[in-house]
Amino acid sequence: MTLLDTPAVSTAPAPLAPAARLLPALAAVYRAQLARAKVSRIPLLFVATFQSVGILVMMRGVVDPGDNPSAHAVVAGSAVLVVAFVALNLLAQYFGKLRATGGLDHYATLPVPPASVVLGTAAAYASFTVPGVFVTAGIGSWMFELPVARTWILLAVIPLSGAALAGLGAALGLLAPRQELATLAGQLGMSAALLLGVLPASRLPEPVQWLRDLLPSSYGVDAFALTFAPHPDWGRVLLDLGVCGAVGLVSLTLATWAYRRAAR
Amino acid sequence: MSKAPQGCCTVSGLVKTYRAGGTEVRANDGIDLDVRRGEVFGLLGPNGAGKSTLVRQLTGLLRPDSGSIDLLGHDVVRHPERAARLLGYLGQESTALDELTVALAAETTGRLRGLTRAAARAETADVIAELGLGALAHRPLAKLSGGQRRLACFAAVLIGERPLLVLDEPTTGMDPVARRAVWSAVDRRRAERGTTVLLVTHNVIEAETVLDRVAVIDAGRVIACDTPGGLKALVDGHVRLDLVWRTDAPLTVPAVAALAERAERTGRRWTLRTTPDEARELVAAVTTGPAFAALDDFTLATPTLEDAYLRLGGRTGGLAR
Repeated sequence: MTLLDTPAVSTAPAPLAPAARLLPALAAVYRAQLARAKVSRIPLLFVATFQSVGILVMMRGVVDPGDNPSAHAVVAGSAVLVVAFVALNLLAQYFGKLRATGGLDHYATLPVPPASVVLGTAAAYASFTVPGVFVTAGIGSWMFELPVARTWILLAVIPLSGAALAGLGAALGLLAPRQELATLAGQLGMSAALLLGVLPASRLPEPVQWLRDLLPSSYGVDAFALTFAPHPDWGRVLLDLGVCGAVGLVSLTLATWAYRRAAR
Repeated sequence: MSKAPQGCCTVSGLVKTYRAGGTEVRANDGIDLDVRRGEVFGLLGPNGAGKSTLVRQLTGLLRPDSGSIDLLGHDVVRHPERAARLLGYLGQESTALDELTVALAAETTGRLRGLTRAAARAETADVIAELGLGALAHRPLAKLSGGQRRLACFAAVLIGERPLLVLDEPTTGMDPVARRAVWSAVDRRRAERGTTVLLVTHNVIEAETVLDRVAVIDAGRVIACDTPGGLKALVDGHVRLDLVWRTDAPLTVPAVAALAERAERTGRRWTLRTTPDEARELVAAVTTGPAFAALDDFTLATPTLEDAYLRLGGRTGGLAR
């Protein structure tokens, strides 16, 4: 055979199939992750809510009900703790497991933008927390005799603190060199959110207050706690939510970078 | 116009080294391959031979230390992200899909391959029917048996057409019905669309039945590449004699004592590769007198790919029959 016999078409590269676009792929990941909840997450969502309600009951023994900063902190901290349990702790464990068992290969061999996988999963985990946060906030407000009229603020607190905590959880899970370390990091993060979120900030020693300022969930707790005042300082509420949103942006970007690194 | 076979996947000089416990392991040690369009090409070798490492480089999951990979005219070493747009990959793990139902796992995978929701749904319905997964469509993968789960993952690979399918031990744990479903689906795509299949296996029977050509991989190198028939021709003129003793072999029988040193012994099973003439004499010797009394079972068989693999210098016991 001579070179002339070779059909010219054999050297032309095959057309590439289209890649998945960011938003449709994000929606597909989100939908699949929500469906996972039906199979495996519901018991854990109960645990998350029971833990927060348990803390409310315990704190009711030492904190007076009514319009005081301690009662505000306990109710807001317990509600946001549900977000920390699910978005930070469970998501760190999920990505840690996916990475350790080779599950990331599935996504890495599909033409899907990394941001779709990370944001879709993070959004789903934040959504899992919605019922638990509202139930905890409702029970807490009733136990501590706080107004429920401004509970709608949770519709901003959940996605913003959810973004910050889920991004952190995903990054921890993807960066941890071993699965057990991902679990450990997730649980430590949740413990920090518990200890630093539920106790009123003014009662904490100064070095611990600095730690509290470093934890993204604190800003969600503060934003929610401020709305229990008879005349909330909306400027500060917006500022706290803004910090949550900014940290969310940074932590989700970090998580996307961590995903790229882990998937290659 | 001449019908010269077009290349689908050309690998040359591929080297990949791992660091494991302080020592360097050459998982791929200069691999060359040329897979033609439309063929079912196999990578056969024992565990640890370097098959999966090779496949992970073809799919863009791993970057080679050196060497080149051309997939349908695309340089995958320089552009690993293009692999996902050229091939469908069935890996060995299903953790990403385990908690989804079979239908949702397939549909989501299709959407992440760039299909619209409607198209992903339609293809999912077709593939589920094609593979006979209808009864399991709404059950989560984690609740299925190993073989069923494997078939569900295979279904996900088929959603969103690709010219190349890379299947890493696709039929592990499957019953014969599921295996048949897999190979019929592969045949159909090959006939209708000219799909190429790269199959990783350590099952010699499967390799003999479904592969057009096979590369035998051992210790990170391709030690042979031919059709299964061509490879078996290497051991033409030989047969394999398997003897299974009831308890200990009767070494007092001279013919058996002579065999003791030549046979490959696995527990009570002795395996011997020899000429048909000698095999006939041996069968005659062990099917009479005290040797026959001690014999539990014997088989005389024509050579398999495993025999070819051993003749090529492969390690014993790595392949499954």
